Amino acid sequence: MSSRDPVAALGLRKSFGRVRALDGLDLTVRAGEAHGLLGPNGAGKTTALRVLLGLVRADGGRVSVLGGDPWRDAVRVHRRTAYVPGDVTLWPNLTGGEVIGLLGRLRGMRRQDRVADLVDRFELDPSRRCRTYSNGNRRKVALVAALAAEADLLVLDEPTAGLDPVMQAVFADCVAAAVGEGRSVLLASHELAEVETVCHRVSIVRAGRVVECGTLTELRRLRRIAVDAEVTGAPGALAALPGVHDLRVEGGRVRLRVDPDGLDRALRALADLGVRDLQCRPPSLNDLFLEHYRDEVRV
Amino acid sequence: MRELAGTGALVRLALRRDRILLPAWLLALVALAVTSAVATTDLYPTAESVAKAVSALNDTPAMVALYGRVHDPSSVGALAMLKALASGAVLVAALAVFLVVRHTRGEEEAGRAELLVAGPVGRSAQLTAAMVVVVGGSLLLGLASALALAASGLPLSGCFAFGLAWAGVGVAFAAVAAVAAQAVASARGAAGLAFGTLALTYALRGIGDAMGEQWLSWLSPIGWAQAVRPFAGDRWWAGLLPLTFAVAAVAAAYALAARRDLGAGLVPERAGPVSPGLGLRGPLSLAWRSHRGALAGWTAGFTAYGLLVGAVAGSAGDMLSSEQARELFDKLGNAGSLSDSVLAAMLGVLGVLAAAHGVQAVGRAHAEEDAGRAALVLAGPVGRTRWLLGHIAVALVGSALVLVAAGVAAGAVHALRLGDADQFARVMGAALARVPAAWVLVGVAAVGYGVFPRASGAAWAYLIAALLIGEVGPLLGLDGAVLGISPFTHVPALPGADAQWLSLFALAGVAAALVAAGAAGLRRRDLTGHQ
Repeated sequence: MSSRDPVAALGLRKSFGRVRALDGLDLTVRAGEAHGLLGPNGAGKTTALRVLLGLVRADGGRVSVLGGDPWRDAVRVHRRTAYVPGDVTLWPNLTGGEVIGLLGRLRGMRRQDRVADLVDRFELDPSRRCRTYSNGNRRKVALVAALAAEADLLVLDEPTAGLDPVMQAVFADCVAAAVGEGRSVLLASHELAEVETVCHRVSIVRAGRVVECGTLTELRRLRRIAVDAEVTGAPGALAALPGVHDLRVEGGRVRLRVDPDGLDRALRALADLGVRDLQCRPPSLNDLFLEHYRDEVRV
Repeated sequence: MRELAGTGALVRLALRRDRILLPAWLLALVALAVTSAVATTDLYPTAESVAKAVSALNDTPAMVALYGRVHDPSSVGALAMLKALASGAVLVAALAVFLVVRHTRGEEEAGRAELLVAGPVGRSAQLTAAMVVVVGGSLLLGLASALALAASGLPLSGCFAFGLAWAGVGVAFAAVAAVAAQAVASARGAAGLAFGTLALTYALRGIGDAMGEQWLSWLSPIGWAQAVRPFAGDRWWAGLLPLTFAVAAVAAAYALAARRDLGAGLVPERAGPVSPGLGLRGPLSLAWRSHRGALAGWTAGFTAYGLLVGAVAGSAGDMLSSEQARELFDKLGNAGSLSDSVLAAMLGVLGVLAAAHGVQAVGRAHAEEDAGRAALVLAGPVGRTRWLLGHIAVALVGSALVLVAAGVAAGAVHALRLGDADQFARVMGAALARVPAAWVLVGVAAVGYGVFPRASGAAWAYLIAALLIGEVGPLLGLDGAVLGISPFTHVPALPGADAQWLSLFALAGVAAALVAAGAAGLRRRDLTGHQ
């Protein structure tokens, strides 16, 4: 494991009583990338982030964050890390502005030039007491504090839960800007669309381990492509082609999924049938995700 | 009754959530009643000794101010249960306030009420359920303590009068808390308002009883409990006072509830500062910010108590039956002048209360972790020790501060009354002597939190054990080793005793070691909270 990567974790294990939250999790976030940690509730995403932040200690495995051990060198590592927890609770009697300012001062930041701009963009009223904030507004407070921090690594746990679509777009812009400045981002989510727009690489977590990791292009390369066509001829022969799966025929309408190697031959066969309409769609993250969780989804 | 729909289910929910706390608290109170009965009745075997003790008590304004009067010089029951009635009433009231606020405003503030009220649950169901649980609990407590006292051999009618007095306090303060919970938007603020009312009404009856201004005592629910006069006339009609009050107050609470929005208080929220002032810059100032309101309340209470102590201690020496009173205080292991003995006994109680402040202040750190706010700070460049020491520092300084406040108040008044300026320094020093023992409790709470976060309630159990050892230990003639469990046993009975610097320094050293162990424990364990 290279300590040049902002996050390098190998074989992380963590149990809470009899519940095995992490079961040999490997994770690498490269410098300057936005990395998505994708998985359903209870897959171990939050536990992984809490280990990376030194809030809990892994039972086994190796972990390095910004070149340091997050458990032993917590303070040093945290100086260059900013965090948005999955469940944001704030001090009820402080205002949002006070919390943002306090979290900045804890980092030793004297001037907080970005704050005013971020508060504006997220349309946050910083003069309200935190007890009067909605879920989404509490999250905005944590987001503003994290994005304003002079941090090399942003660790974000479900950062847009409770935000409206406009704010989600603002968030995506801010992450892109952070990456543009050379910062790294680790984003845990089950919002596939968000990960798809924001992240360069994705790790899919299941039952405490990463079952798939790569760029979206890499993940798609070996995946079946969805084809949706309307033909004039009888499509029965398509089923016999190598690499064609899940063929469904309704009158002249054909839906099938085909391996990348078989795409060429399938398209020729379709053309021979007389194509009136054709859509070819690469697998969405949703498809990749469902592929890994299909057995659970069926349950 | 659509307004009340769902009350039954909410009552069951509340009982489920309090299934340990409520029985434990009720049992502790019944135990307090029975211990007082057994310990004191054995002490006064003859009618003559009872009469002597009663007149000593009634002639000592300090005792009257603290616990009230004994209204029948021939009743060993009235004598035995005097202290338990008053101090137990405070605990009953505290339980009632805690539970009502927890199940009304606490649920609302946490957002859980929204989940319930959005379902087929009536607007008034939550308040009604809380009142059912607490009023029911108070009546059960009254009945249980009456039966337990009867079993220990006291006259049956008086036992039930005693139970009625305690139950009445529970009902009255449940009603106080119901109003407070409707008026104030935060659970902590509502509890603060209700506890402030408790302190004020306790002091009202103290002044009323000690100064002979009976009308003051009639204004206080604690005074109503004493007006029942268990074992000294059993005035049943006095039980109607808390009942009438509760009906009126709860009606007011319903009226308030019907007029306000869910989550809102009487005072609308105002805009606050958009950036932190200079006083909010790190873990210490953040801890201070979250403790300062409570600490102001504690300091006010200690100051008021100190003024009372100073006002009554000096008069103890002038009383006709000072010989008998001295005998009473000598049983508490005191040798100095009578007013010194009174001061030492009352400052001793303050020491335990200051420790209670410290323990609850350390508990605030635990609450921060559970709520996930600690993670927000600790994910920044803040070490765990530095963060914890912010709260511990407030706990240590706070428990010293309240004792200083009480010492200044008591010392100034006492010195003025005696016309002797030296008394100020003596009383002040005596108050300060309680600080290291209170710090030991802070240390125990720190170890509980840092090392055994799931059993951190043990610090409260230890505090209550220390309180009981101090109050009834000498009367029961407990073994020295048992008495030594309480750090307060090792505090010299100042003023009027040797200073024993060594044991004071030893206590401070133990406290420091415990705090260090707690901090080390926190560094080594996982943070709890959301996973």
